[in-house]
Amino acid sequence: MAESSLRPMNALGDTHSVETSGAHAAPDLQFENLEQQHATRVFGMWIFLVTELMLFGALFLMYTVYRAFYPAAFAEGSRHLDLALGGINTAVLIVSSLCIALAIHAARTSAKRSQLALWLLAAAVLGIVFMVIKGYEYFLHYQNGEMPVFNWTLTGAGAGHVQLFFWLYFAMTGVHAIHLSIGIALVGIMILRALLGNFKPNAYTPLEMTGLYWHFVDIIWIFLLPLLYLIAR
Amino acid sequence: MSEPIIPTRTLFIVCGALLLLTALTIGAYFMDLGILHTPVALAIAGAKAVLILLFFMHLRYSSGLTRIVLLAGLLWLGILILGTMDDALTRGWVLGTAP
Amino acid sequence: MSAITLPRQDTYLNINYGIRSWLLTTDHKRIAILYLVSITLMFVIGGAAATMMRIELFTPASDLVDAATYNKLFTMHGIVMIFFFLVPSIPAILGNFILPLMLGARDLAFPRINLLSWYIYMLGAGVTLWALIAGGVDTGWTFYTPYSTASPTHVVAATVGVFIAGFSSILTGLNFIVTTHKLRAPGMTWFRLPLFVWSLYATSLILVLATPVLAITLVLVAVERLFHVGIFDPALGGDPLLYQHLFWFYSHPAVYIMVLPAMGVVSEIIPTFAHKGLFGYKVVAISSIAIAVLGFLVWGHHMFVSGMSLHAALMFSAFSYLVAIPSAIKVFNWTSSLYKGSISYDTPMLYALGFIGLFTIGGLTGLYLAALGVNVHVTDTYFIVAHFHYIMVGGSVMGYFGGLHYWWPKMTGRMYPEKWGRAAAIIIFIGFNATFFPQFILGFEGMPRRYAAYPPEFQFLNMLSSLGAVLLGIGYILPALYLIPSLWFGKQAGPNPWDATGLEWKTSSPPPANNFEKIPVVTTGPYHYPGKQDKVG
Ligand SMILES: [Cu+2]
Repeated sequence: MAESSLRPMNALGDTHSVETSGAHAAPDLQFENLEQQHATRVFGMWIFLVTELMLFGALFLMYTVYRAFYPAAFAEGSRHLDLALGGINTAVLIVSSLCIALAIHAARTSAKRSQLALWLLAAAVLGIVFMVIKGYEYFLHYQNGEMPVFNWTLTGAGAGHVQLFFWLYFAMTGVHAIHLSIGIALVGIMILRALLGNFKPNAYTPLEMTGLYWHFVDIIWIFLLPLLYLIAR
Repeated sequence: MSEPIIPTRTLFIVCGALLLLTALTIGAYFMDLGILHTPVALAIAGAKAVLILLFFMHLRYSSGLTRIVLLAGLLWLGILILGTMDDALTRGWVLGTAP
Repeated sequence: MSAITLPRQDTYLNINYGIRSWLLTTDHKRIAILYLVSITLMFVIGGAAATMMRIELFTPASDLVDAATYNKLFTMHGIVMIFFFLVPSIPAILGNFILPLMLGARDLAFPRINLLSWYIYMLGAGVTLWALIAGGVDTGWTFYTPYSTASPTHVVAATVGVFIAGFSSILTGLNFIVTTHKLRAPGMTWFRLPLFVWSLYATSLILVLATPVLAITLVLVAVERLFHVGIFDPALGGDPLLYQHLFWFYSHPAVYIMVLPAMGVVSEIIPTFAHKGLFGYKVVAISSIAIAVLGFLVWGHHMFVSGMSLHAALMFSAFSYLVAIPSAIKVFNWTSSLYKGSISYDTPMLYALGFIGLFTIGGLTGLYLAALGVNVHVTDTYFIVAHFHYIMVGGSVMGYFGGLHYWWPKMTGRMYPEKWGRAAAIIIFIGFNATFFPQFILGFEGMPRRYAAYPPEFQFLNMLSSLGAVLLGIGYILPALYLIPSLWFGKQAGPNPWDATGLEWKTSSPPPANNFEKIPVVTTGPYHYPGKQDKVG
């Protein structure tokens, strides 16, 4: 707030880097110029990410409370997770984030559609790889009787507390997976638009927004790894 | 659009660092850190998040406004967790019924 | 005022016609009208439930409806009024219409998302209404676990409806924040923003930060209900208090979602009808933000008796006193602004004055409740009911009606009959007090809330309350009876019927589709009355 509070409105001037030809040269009605339109939309994405942060934040809170109540049961629950699969998935997502960053780099530096589309495709494929591995993990939990409601076979003292861990595990990774699926769909749309030639070095706002979303989903996973997989010891 | 373009070299280095930190956090898991396990793991995750924010999400080059938005989000998350934990951790003090 | 004469009659209303031009519009002004129609409908439904309750409570016995039906009635009243009327009313109707005009913008930053948020609202309302018609919900609007996961009524559909409507709020808040940051007219600095904009900005902060927490929590409650086991299940060691924390983390700030916009409306009305600048503009502006922030630190005061730790209870109690300060500052500044002003008592001003009085009573009784000891005595009595109705109906609804009358000429281009307007405002004020003041006494005498039957000694005050409700109902029906005909028979308003400041009055009424012929350049503060001392700007 402080940054823009002292400066009069940003709508004036500053059209230097704006392309003046082509189908995307005119900003929407409410904007003075493309510069302002881009900044506004990206800012809107950041606000959206903050709401997403609070959405996941509620889950992180539930995790914190229950882990403080039942540390032993959480360690026990974590022992049932497959660290190798979790670790591989982390690497997969990190590399997919790199691909997104490279895609935006390509969009901004070259006019070649194919390069942009290929990096996006790589990111989407890695996203799908993540989902497949995650699905396999879920399948294993189901087989091992670690899936509340559908197949839960753990019994004995403290089994209820372990089940709470698994409720949180499925809630957190599930909500994350839903977000990643949306991300994959968005990247798919971006691939189509890239092939149609929608993006130019100075007109790449939707790519930027998709990228921010993708990286955010990556960050959430980066916290899920230590909180879920690395607490058994 | 006036944001500077981050060179691909930087992006690759950041990605390498992220993978390295992932290996590090898994390595730390197998060391004997006692109660420090979770703090160390969270610190590493925090470092990874900062790298992604600064370079992939180019917070390093964006306006102070964006940073304030992010900080506000984190602050509110902190309020939610602190306020609730204040209750959750001290409930046993009075009622003697801490689970 | 500068002479603005627009010979052309191009307005946002006549630029095109037909149902499609409305349902697919991205014009913030038309979307505001869509919201006006749908939210009014929800107000009628919520009001009908309240009417049934007051009729039932006229006599001590539960004769009109049985206890189970009564539970469903107050649940329906609460859910509809809170999530589908109070939360969206001022932001989505008046804010949507006025905010871009006040900023000197041609639309909100994300017009299509704005339309989307209306559709989401309609979907949420539809699902919730389906739950209420299909058999109702009896958990109260708070959906407390563990009861909400066991109740035999349609809890899932109701929570899903509220969850959906939450996204409508989030999108509106996001749109307002971004628009305020990025689409201000040249020269419109932060401290030249009208106070309505400040209050909407603060409200949007709460919407964006608190609503997602409620949303995910309600999803988990619905899941738990579906499978009869889940994250809050005490059988597993789940903590019902955790649910309450998450719920009140949203729902206490939600009180400010409902009140802050009304405060903003009052801050616009008072300078206009006192014909002078608002006293302490900057303080009032900052206090909106302070309310939004402090409002997040006090949620625990709703949980004093539910088994929360004493340590946390004392912390939350202390913060609850703090949050009263910025509200008190506002009341002080409003009343100071009236001092030595040449006040005209037009309809919007009557509502604004009503707001100040009733909100003050509601706020003071709230302070009373913030005291841990008193709170325990009156919890779950009619004292609480009276307290929050003074804040929400006496405050928010008064603010909403004030704002609706204030900007009606801008929205429609027509004046309403002033005499009728004043009469309705006075009837609402009297009816409101007759309905809810007796409930303070009832609560203090120990009458518990949420029961269809009560001991005979409470009957006199209950009859008084029910009769007051009849008056209040008449007061609420009246505006519909004169506002709608005014669309055809009202006299032309002209751009600035109140001789008010602010950019929204510098364009024609109703405004053209693009809001302004030419984007204005701002050179003064928002309440600049030449010739009068104003400290703004
Ligand atoms: Cu409260």
